[in-house]
Amino acid sequence: MNVESRIQSSPYDAAALRRDFPILAREVHGKKLVYLDNAASAQKPNYVLDAMNTFATSEYANVHRGVHYLSGAATERYEEARVRVQKFLNAGHSDEIIFTRGGTEAMNLVSYAYLAPLIQPGDEIVLTVMEHHSNIVPWHFLRERQGAVLKWVEVSDLGELDPADVAKAIGPKTKLVAISHMSNVLGTKTALGEVVRLAHAKGVPVLADGCQGAVHGVVDVQALDVDFYALTGHKLYGPTGIGVLYAKRKHLKGMRPFLGGGEMIREVTKENVTYADAPMRFEAGTPAIIEAVGLAAALDYIDGVGRERIEAHEQSLARMAAKRLKELNGVRIIGEARDKGPIISFEAIGIHAHDLATILDREGVAVRGGHHCAQPLMERFNVSGTARASFALYNTPAEVDALIAAVQEARKVFG
Amino acid sequence: MDQGLRELYQEIILDHSRHPRHFGALADASHVAEGFNPLCGDKVKIYLRVDANDRIKDVSFEGRGCAISVASASLMTEMLKGRSVAEAEELMGGFLLLVKGEDAQTLDEDDRERLEVMAGVSAFPMRVKCATLAWHAMKAALDGQVKARTE
Repeated sequence: MNVESRIQSSPYDAAALRRDFPILAREVHGKKLVYLDNAASAQKPNYVLDAMNTFATSEYANVHRGVHYLSGAATERYEEARVRVQKFLNAGHSDEIIFTRGGTEAMNLVSYAYLAPLIQPGDEIVLTVMEHHSNIVPWHFLRERQGAVLKWVEVSDLGELDPADVAKAIGPKTKLVAISHMSNVLGTKTALGEVVRLAHAKGVPVLADGCQGAVHGVVDVQALDVDFYALTGHKLYGPTGIGVLYAKRKHLKGMRPFLGGGEMIREVTKENVTYADAPMRFEAGTPAIIEAVGLAAALDYIDGVGRERIEAHEQSLARMAAKRLKELNGVRIIGEARDKGPIISFEAIGIHAHDLATILDREGVAVRGGHHCAQPLMERFNVSGTARASFALYNTPAEVDALIAAVQEARKVFG
Repeated sequence: MDQGLRELYQEIILDHSRHPRHFGALADASHVAEGFNPLCGDKVKIYLRVDANDRIKDVSFEGRGCAISVASASLMTEMLKGRSVAEAEELMGGFLLLVKGEDAQTLDEDDRERLEVMAGVSAFPMRVKCATLAWHAMKAALDGQVKARTE
């Protein structure tokens, strides 16, 4: 695919984009695949797979080690990928970009390397009830091990978060605000810039879980002034096994190493060890080199299509789907924030989310059913689980039709 | 409708899920255990009253879950009453074979016929754990454990 041509292809042509994703042509259970589980993981375009294959078959070696030609070439590609991510997030410096195994590892890295050394018993971490478990459990670790206190900020019935409520939860003992940029269940886009402003006014840094937020819109970490931003590659049409932690330089300096091993050291003797500077300090062992190259290609692909254009396309599909779901009898949408991404959680009254997902699956429609790794949020809305349809750059209005028809089919099964 | 779905969501399954039998706590239970499926968050609690001769005199369940897990629990409670502990475990063994699509030769004709409604789940590998949750909880209760989980 020619990335440039996508920029010029106008109007938005989802059908053409679909051809970049071979898996979308397949059938499941004899029906056309309608893939609406993008919030769990997005499919991969040939552009990404080819980039990884080309790299692995022509320039691959370990990075930051050998003096031989391929080691140098591979190191260049790997470091170019870091710069590519820096540009994608508009970070000030490439050394603020740490490659991780995914979003989960990125948030655990903040917990272990940044926050744990600062926590005294009774210190507080502010988070919201709509966090994914990956932005909850690392803080529970600090509660269990060091006596940290978790302060939960509620969301409204629409699933909206009032930044003022976050500010209210911040006290003299608050050491971090950990907040989703976009809820993986409700789709709610949080007013991250405003949260950061309020938190900084009280001298508290902010970590944003950008695993969804980075997929559905432009992220500018400098404009947001956010201290830490976590994202994962596989939801960005990139490979699994690669994610990113953006961390401001001023925090990186004081952060202790997480994993110890090769590549993260300056010098090792029998008596002592000194560490490399960031980002290497936090990338012990051989990193996911091919995957980093794949992630960079995915970001090229996304920007080739155009982030604003993708966002507008996804928004129009999601609005259409939400409207039509609400028109169905006995369907309730959970999460109706005014500012939300293309993620729709819903329940069909009287049908458990897993039964609904099973029936939809038989119609070829892949949605997630369950608690979405957000059990506190399920409790907040008093549901055991929801079905979730989430849209990507390659989905089409016909797929919204298929979703609606499949939900109607489920209604028939359950009478 | 898809044939597999028709077999999975038979009328009798839907009936059990809408009107579960023996639903609620058992005040004088001798054995209690909770089954938990961490994948979906579904929970089922099984209560058994077992007499001195190892016979199940009463059984009930409570909890929340999908149609498959609730129907399976409900059906199980209908079938356990009056059986010995050994017979209950044998029934479970046959049931586990059945939902995996294997030949449940250990089941007698009557039991097989009654459990046959759950056999449709064998075509849905992702859902087999929903069907077995209550049974694992029952086994855990009889074994004196308090928790069972499917993972």
